[in-house]
Amino acid sequence: MKSAVIVFPASNCDRDAQTALLQLTGIEPHMVWHGDTDVPDVDLIVLPGGFSYGDYLRCGAMAAQSHIMRDVKRKADQGVAVLGICNGFQILTEAHLLPGALMRNADLKFVCQPVDLVVEESQSAFTRNYAKGDRVRFPVAHGEGNYFADEETLERLEGEGRVIFRYAPGENPNGSVRDIAGILSDKRNVLGMMPHPERACDPLLGSTTGRALFQSLIDTLS
Amino acid sequence: MKARVFVTLKNGVLDPQGKAIGHALNNLGFDAVGEVRQGKMIDIELTERDETRARASLKEMCEKLLANTVIEKYEIELRP
Repeated sequence: MKSAVIVFPASNCDRDAQTALLQLTGIEPHMVWHGDTDVPDVDLIVLPGGFSYGDYLRCGAMAAQSHIMRDVKRKADQGVAVLGICNGFQILTEAHLLPGALMRNADLKFVCQPVDLVVEESQSAFTRNYAKGDRVRFPVAHGEGNYFADEETLERLEGEGRVIFRYAPGENPNGSVRDIAGILSDKRNVLGMMPHPERACDPLLGSTTGRALFQSLIDTLS
Repeated sequence: MKARVFVTLKNGVLDPQGKAIGHALNNLGFDAVGEVRQGKMIDIELTERDETRARASLKEMCEKLLANTVIEKYEIELRP
């Protein structure tokens, strides 16, 4: 599986994503600068975590307007898999590749801790190596991960099986509506999630339950 | 022409920052303070002189960038 990681000014999980992808695919991912105009021909595009453009205006708002995002949108429309993690999820909502918005955490605190998630849906290129109902443990590290969407959008997401990760009962760290931690696009090739699967791929980091996510992509896309 | 744009959370969208500000004001002894909502204000200088065109252009700026209309609303003020 060939992959690319988009690097924005103040991305800070781009190297984590690069390391996880290299370890699991054996192929060095392309690191693509935000000012570039084209993403190389790859199977997976990762929008990494961080604080792109210093979170100016709103998290992800400036990055969503960057040059490279035009090509990311084009490729997403063509069906290329896109994974947005943390700031990457915020960018995907600001770029209208995913519905809803990520607001300030309900208790106003930055949360940096491992959280338990429930895999709600295994019918996707991102989660086929999990079983529905599996519990995984990924770290979160964000101040604005409070997912919000109107009732109509939420009903559609639930009805179409697009709520793919939910915080386990009692684990919701940010006040997200319906404990939503990750959602899919309508074509199911774009996943946005606040928790960090790329930081749960090496035993040194305390959990390897993120590996199955990347393995699912490798099995689907290679 | 100068424009002032106010971006605030839509009614009904939880505003924890506004709430925290309200609590702090209560703690300072301002007992009359009820609900507080906060937002941001953006000043924009425009070379456009026609008010209708300026307003249309500002509306587009708000929809495309300045506000996230999933959660925020905006108001535009024009000054000569």
